Amino acid sequence: MSEKKQLVPQEATPEFNRRAFFAKLGLGSLSIAAAGTAAFAYQFLSPNVLFEPSPIVNAGKPESYPVDSVTLDMNSGIYLIHAKEGFFALSAVCTHLGCLTAWKPELGIIACPCHGSKFKREGQKIEGPAPKPLPWLQTWVSDEGDLMVDRSINIRPMQFVRT
Amino acid sequence: MAKTIANYFEDLRGTRVWRSVFRSGTGSSTLHRALAVQQNVFLHLFSTKVRTRMLGFSVTWYLGTLTFGTFLILVSTGIPLMFYYHPSVPQAYADTKDLQFVVSSGLFLRNLHRWSAHAMVFLVFAHMFKVFYRGAYRPPREFNWVIGVILLLITLLLSYTGYLLPWDQLAFWAITVGSNIASAVPVVGNKVHFLMLGGNVVNANALLRFYVLHCMVLPLVAMLFVAVHFWRIRKDGGLYAHKSEPKTLVAESVPAAAERTK
Repeated sequence: MSEKKQLVPQEATPEFNRRAFFAKLGLGSLSIAAAGTAAFAYQFLSPNVLFEPSPIVNAGKPESYPVDSVTLDMNSGIYLIHAKEGFFALSAVCTHLGCLTAWKPELGIIACPCHGSKFKREGQKIEGPAPKPLPWLQTWVSDEGDLMVDRSINIRPMQFVRT
Repeated sequence: MAKTIANYFEDLRGTRVWRSVFRSGTGSSTLHRALAVQQNVFLHLFSTKVRTRMLGFSVTWYLGTLTFGTFLILVSTGIPLMFYYHPSVPQAYADTKDLQFVVSSGLFLRNLHRWSAHAMVFLVFAHMFKVFYRGAYRPPREFNWVIGVILLLITLLLSYTGYLLPWDQLAFWAITVGSNIASAVPVVGNKVHFLMLGGNVVNANALLRFYVLHCMVLPLVAMLFVAVHFWRIRKDGGLYAHKSEPKTLVAESVPAAAERTK
């Protein structure tokens, strides 16, 4: 009995006794719960299904675009351009902050109304704050003979589509 | 002798109902007045005693109070506007037009909301300039300056989220540009952009998110920080008196500062 009594104070060291253990356990559980809540909130706030327009656009028959024409489709935010070398599609969304650019036929350039970026017809930047040229978009002719554009796929410039 | 209005008010203060609501009791002694402030849930944030000099216009130009005033106008005009506004793509713009041309006093409420919003942003900046150039941000008030910066950010976010709600071209492109600025944040920029809009483009999800933030989340957070901001004025020893101001003021402010450190 006397030996046991002597052991008790040695077990309850101030560094790590039962109270400290439960405090650590409690704090640890709370930290895990907090991390779980953060992950839960992030997943909840990220929509799994989006009701956004398809990135693939049907631009219609190639014959409707005369040679040397630049046609802006405002709804899909693309230029369909019929150059002498063939067709190509260019994103009309400014690479600076996402405004819709406009084709200026009298100057032969593409200009952004928001912060003054200017681009050539092939997308290269002339001036302004835009960090990148306007990207060329994946373009092909469907089995029905329609021009198709995939806005989610950028391609290297100067890849014209012949019909 | 005929009773004056003040006498009637004294009688009212003596009634059982009044006494059950306000515990400080009748009388106008310094103690009673102090208790009236200290025992009121809203007023207890403030000091029970303020030097008359500090209530003068030149000390603060009342900029903080005016900012709070515009906030109250924004809450009281914003809630009626919510009764006629649906945060959905087909209806938001039409509802905004209805508020202007169909709803009785809708134009007045909407314009009051809009002008007060502009005034609040202006007053927040003016308040901060006044505090800065007066030197009132210095210790022991440095933490209240930090809370003020948080309130500035909340004000700007309220302004930004409210800008989308009319759902016109100006709103759409402003939020497109603003949310693309968020994309520029390194590493997490695109995630922030996606979470903020609830999608990749400004659409129905973005409108609803901005509506909830504008009408619910941000005003509640603002109220919380405003309460702390007011309370800290008392805790930091009251409004700031500059050293160059009459000695009596600086001397009087010492006990308040001493009380704080207890």
